[in-house]
Amino acid sequence: MSLWSRISNAVHGERLNREIEEELQSHIEEAIASGRDPEEARRALGSTDGSVLRAREASHSIRAAGWLESLLADVRFGWRQLCRNKVTSVAAVLSLALGIGSCVAAFRLIDALLWRPLPVAHADRLYVLTRQFINFDGKPDENDNWATPDFYLMRDAVKDQADLIAIGGADRTDITWQTDNDMEKAHVAYVSGNMFPVFGLDPALGRLLTPADDRGPGLDPYAVLSWDYWNHRFGRDPHILGRSLHIGDRTFEVIGVAPGGFTGTEKGTFTDIFLPLSMDNLAAEGGVTWHQTFLMLKPGVHPATTIEPLRQHLSAVSRAYEAEQAKRFPGMTQADIDRYLDQKIVFYPAGACISGLLKDYRRVLGILGLLAALVLLIACVNVVNLMTAQAAARAHEMALRISIGAGRRRLVQLILCQSALLALMASVLGAFFAAWSAPFVLSRVNPPDNPARLALPADWRVLVFGFALILLVVLLLGLLPSLRASAVRPVAALKGGEDPHVPRLLMGGAIALQVAFCVLVLFLSALFVTSFQRLQNRPLGFSTDRLLLLEAVAGKGQLPVVWNQTAEALRAVPAVDSVAISRWSLLRGIGINSSISINGAPPSPTPGWFLNVSPGWLSTMKIPLVSGRDFRPEDASQGAAIVNETFAKAFFPGQDPIGRSFERVADQHHYQIVGVIPDTPYRNLREPSRAVFYLPFVEFDGKSTLKAVDWATFVIHTDAQNPLALAGSLRQLIAKRHNGLRVSNVTTQLDLVRDQTIRERLIAMLATFFAAVALLLAGIGLYAVLNYSVLRRRREIGIRMAIGSSRAGIVRTVTFDVFLMIAIGGCAGIALGFGAARYVASLFYQVKTTDVDMIALPTCAILLTALVATLPAVLRALLTDPTEILRAE
Amino acid sequence: MAKTDALQGSLDLLVLKILSRRPRLHGYAIMAAIASTSGEVLRAEEGSLYPALYRMEEAGWIRAEWIKKDTGRRARVYELTAAGKKQLGVEESRWQSVSLAINRVLREA
Repeated sequence: MSLWSRISNAVHGERLNREIEEELQSHIEEAIASGRDPEEARRALGSTDGSVLRAREASHSIRAAGWLESLLADVRFGWRQLCRNKVTSVAAVLSLALGIGSCVAAFRLIDALLWRPLPVAHADRLYVLTRQFINFDGKPDENDNWATPDFYLMRDAVKDQADLIAIGGADRTDITWQTDNDMEKAHVAYVSGNMFPVFGLDPALGRLLTPADDRGPGLDPYAVLSWDYWNHRFGRDPHILGRSLHIGDRTFEVIGVAPGGFTGTEKGTFTDIFLPLSMDNLAAEGGVTWHQTFLMLKPGVHPATTIEPLRQHLSAVSRAYEAEQAKRFPGMTQADIDRYLDQKIVFYPAGACISGLLKDYRRVLGILGLLAALVLLIACVNVVNLMTAQAAARAHEMALRISIGAGRRRLVQLILCQSALLALMASVLGAFFAAWSAPFVLSRVNPPDNPARLALPADWRVLVFGFALILLVVLLLGLLPSLRASAVRPVAALKGGEDPHVPRLLMGGAIALQVAFCVLVLFLSALFVTSFQRLQNRPLGFSTDRLLLLEAVAGKGQLPVVWNQTAEALRAVPAVDSVAISRWSLLRGIGINSSISINGAPPSPTPGWFLNVSPGWLSTMKIPLVSGRDFRPEDASQGAAIVNETFAKAFFPGQDPIGRSFERVADQHHYQIVGVIPDTPYRNLREPSRAVFYLPFVEFDGKSTLKAVDWATFVIHTDAQNPLALAGSLRQLIAKRHNGLRVSNVTTQLDLVRDQTIRERLIAMLATFFAAVALLLAGIGLYAVLNYSVLRRRREIGIRMAIGSSRAGIVRTVTFDVFLMIAIGGCAGIALGFGAARYVASLFYQVKTTDVDMIALPTCAILLTALVATLPAVLRALLTDPTEILRAE
Repeated sequence: MAKTDALQGSLDLLVLKILSRRPRLHGYAIMAAIASTSGEVLRAEEGSLYPALYRMEEAGWIRAEWIKKDTGRRARVYELTAAGKKQLGVEESRWQSVSLAINRVLREA
């Protein structure tokens, strides 16, 4: 029989039934015609004998595509079953949808960030080079930034086996397309000229950069736009070729557009404009490490045998270069130089992501995935519980089906069908949830002025994952109940004496499992939420209230007097309370350090970090003085400095630092301490207090020439509740002065603090969400199981009551098992939590897994939920009327 | 019941053999032929015969066709396919070897 006729038979099942009927009719006719007793002939085909029925069932399944036809019937039957228990079905579908949706959303994020290969040729042969070393704090650290001259040396050293590519960070940069007044931001990356050819990329328009466009400083002012930028900024205007782009005082000519899909090598950022590496001023600096270095093996070079020799060769070249550089470091001891040179070059496969460098995000995403998976598991266990209860309630029906000859495979199919229906409905809802939630979560990672961008295509990778997930869910849901149901012994079940302990054990196990998962989710969530709160509430040492930050740039630089005049003009605005200038804001993520020397002694092993600030900065930031005084305008020429307490403790232990002096080794300037202030966070919120010294904003270059300042930040304390309300008018005020200063960015000190906690905020938010869902699901599950068990044990409860069991005894009988399971599950959950927490300990802030409240919180939450969930069932048990039950039984 | 069981392994063989001698028989005729040629010793039950016929049709050993009978009703008749002829050979030689073996056991035990 052909497949087609099988399928058509399955669809036209009725016709086939008629044909079978017709054939059997004709059989009876023949029998009668040949003289057999009509009754006997009919009986031979009739339904008195069970074996004949089974034969008919068997011939049914032989007939055509039995599975397909029975599948349709089972789907119909499963649908009716689901409709019969509408509330539980809806609850099951919703909880599964939440679980599946969360999992798919988590997968989309993780895949896009970590696994999806870069859209370049031979991504599998691409590596990124990093250096491992011991940092200032004495901890192992890793750096993927390289100096351009070092890069050139390494590139030439291995040019036979591999191509080395330099790619600078895609920095948000001020650019102008027309006049200075239309300044805008774009992500600009400087790349070596060989990047496009080695990546095998073809232009969408014009031409791309080549090695010939990367000859040296200032020689090749050419720019390539990304397709995405060309599309959303210029509407794919083909006349873009030849247009001029201004960055600072330099002008670039657009020569082409990169192919769509290529948005740079940095996950989370779309590069808008590619410029030749040597056009960056930093490219000529031997001591500045600023760009990443990628390595693409040449075709035909075998990775396994080549990588290690290549690595050693590059290490030798780079070490020789660094040793040469170190000679120029002033005042460094040999020990420091040796420690500095003790670096190890490491290759990471870079085809998908730069794995070693995304460790923390990898962990964040791992936790996200784990929480999503746990919620899905809890949802699955819930539904399994519901279906076990149903299957037990259907034991009679199953027994009947088996005794009239249904195959056991068919029964399993029946139940799998039902769970597949549930999973399919849930996955449709889940797909919508995932489609909405993945971009939503991504949008929460974004600082408002610098949105993270990540391509989140819903392509075959997501589809395959989705289908695998559905399959897994169906198996998880259906297998256990269906194996149980099909193991029903007809005789026992029909008699009504089916062993009642098996489902109770099974459901008890399910409760323990569910509670364990739930406690794990709660435990991790409590850790993350507490981390976030402690980080958020960390004493800052300054006030963020009503502080507006105007970050300004001044082309090639303006003398400090121009900056001071501008600050004076800002002070004249009515709503402005006070104005100060600092080179950059605290918590801006910027930090510059230098070794410190006291009285000509050898430089300190730990450096001091500095920041230039104007007089009045301390009062504007509301930073109190511990001792000494604030800067005065005349301090600049006298080399005054203000230090924080950590600095005082580190360099002048047990002494009064006021009046003492120190040397900044980097430029051999001497400073005298005039004031001491408390510690404040410097570069970011998480790092320990650093030794920080503050210098006057006005600095002298050499003896008496004033240093020009090309960028700085106006720190403005406003009267307005929302400092950003003033931003527009202040920005215009600065522009109208036409003194070369331009505002390039506007933010508030509060936003800077918030940006520091984005990651923690995100995890805390998601963890709270997942914890709430997990608790809800666990509550529903507990309620359903206990309610069901009370229903099943009604007779037992009735008898116990009748023979005088106390109410407390009844409650204990009903709830003992459940609470035992909760206790077992809870302990397992905490144990799992300890294991999981160790893996993500680096994400915690001042929180330990062994804190009493970290364990108490989830325990209390689950106990409270259990109490609420079991109350209805306990009440039902207590309200059982023994006489009524016993009469009914 | 015992009779059917004894027939279980060999029902296919009997049906194939009968259809090879007398093509285009309907179900009842096959049943009758098994009974009459075996001298009423072997009986194929309807409950086993029809499933077997469908199974063999699915396996491609026999082919079915509706014919119009004199009474105006339709009947379904079966005949052997080429694959069926081959299968008959296989089944026959298997039966020969089995019965030979059984005979040997009966003789020597």
